[in-house]
Amino acid sequence: MMSLGVVVFPGSNCDRDVQWAAEGCLGIKTRFLWHEERDLSGLDAVVIPGGFSYGDYLRCGAIARFAPVLQEVAAFAERGGRVLGICNGFQVLTEMGLLPGALTRNQKLHFICEPTHLRVEPGQCSWLQGYSSGEVVNFPIAHGEGRYQADPELLKQLENSGQVVLRYCSNPNGSVADVAGLTNSQGNVLGLMPHPERACDPATGGVDGRRLLASLIG
Amino acid sequence: MPLFSARVLVSLRPSVLDPAGEATRAAAARLGVDGVSKLRIGKAVEVELEAPDAQAARAQLELLSDRLLANPVIENWTLEFKDDSSAGA
Repeated sequence: MMSLGVVVFPGSNCDRDVQWAAEGCLGIKTRFLWHEERDLSGLDAVVIPGGFSYGDYLRCGAIARFAPVLQEVAAFAERGGRVLGICNGFQVLTEMGLLPGALTRNQKLHFICEPTHLRVEPGQCSWLQGYSSGEVVNFPIAHGEGRYQADPELLKQLENSGQVVLRYCSNPNGSVADVAGLTNSQGNVLGLMPHPERACDPATGGVDGRRLLASLIG
Repeated sequence: MPLFSARVLVSLRPSVLDPAGEATRAAAARLGVDGVSKLRIGKAVEVELEAPDAQAARAQLELLSDRLLANPVIENWTLEFKDDSSAGA
């Protein structure tokens, strides 16, 4: 039986959405991991959900990086464990150094909350195995600091290694190269600003996000 | 142990867009202050730290600045010691 850990920081606000999407919609057993938790035993994958971890003081994700649970998540990812960072979770993954680059203030300063079309790019990311390359999906975004930033050299390297796995069809925030989601070089860690967990229940709209979480159950 | 006072200035790297700075620059013109050609917003962090000596204080503050106060991917930082706490080792 597949088991998914969902990290909960003070200030997380999408932890229950992820639980509903995974457990309620797809029947994947979930376990909340409080930020002080150190036991990840029995988990097959971990989600770092959206929200405002520790109030996002200093920078988004900067304080969360030092949470005890994330020391374990880093080791879990190192061993090849599957880690998904959504929105604030993506910001946390970059602050931890599990994914390169940084997320900065949206170009036009607005907090943007709307459905967005994303293109799935060719690449080796285990979370995206249920999608075909070039496919366009619709996930909502909800962020004020989602502008992906990487210097040209890093960007080139990411493009060459196929790590830019999700791109905005119409760039909402000024991200370089329309980056909406990135994977690590092993393909077991995915960070994305859009919210696939909010596109899983037909009661609230589309279900394009289902296949992302369903990749855990093959 | 001696107490050292410092200020860490964190600024966005020049290559990184600063939309908040640009919005503030636009407001400067509305205030009637013309000719502001550049306005970039950073952070100033006041720190007091106990350390055995100036050299140790500097080492700790550099670690703090580089690993927590600033994100070197997008930000630069500078460290200034205040007045008599001369940790200029």
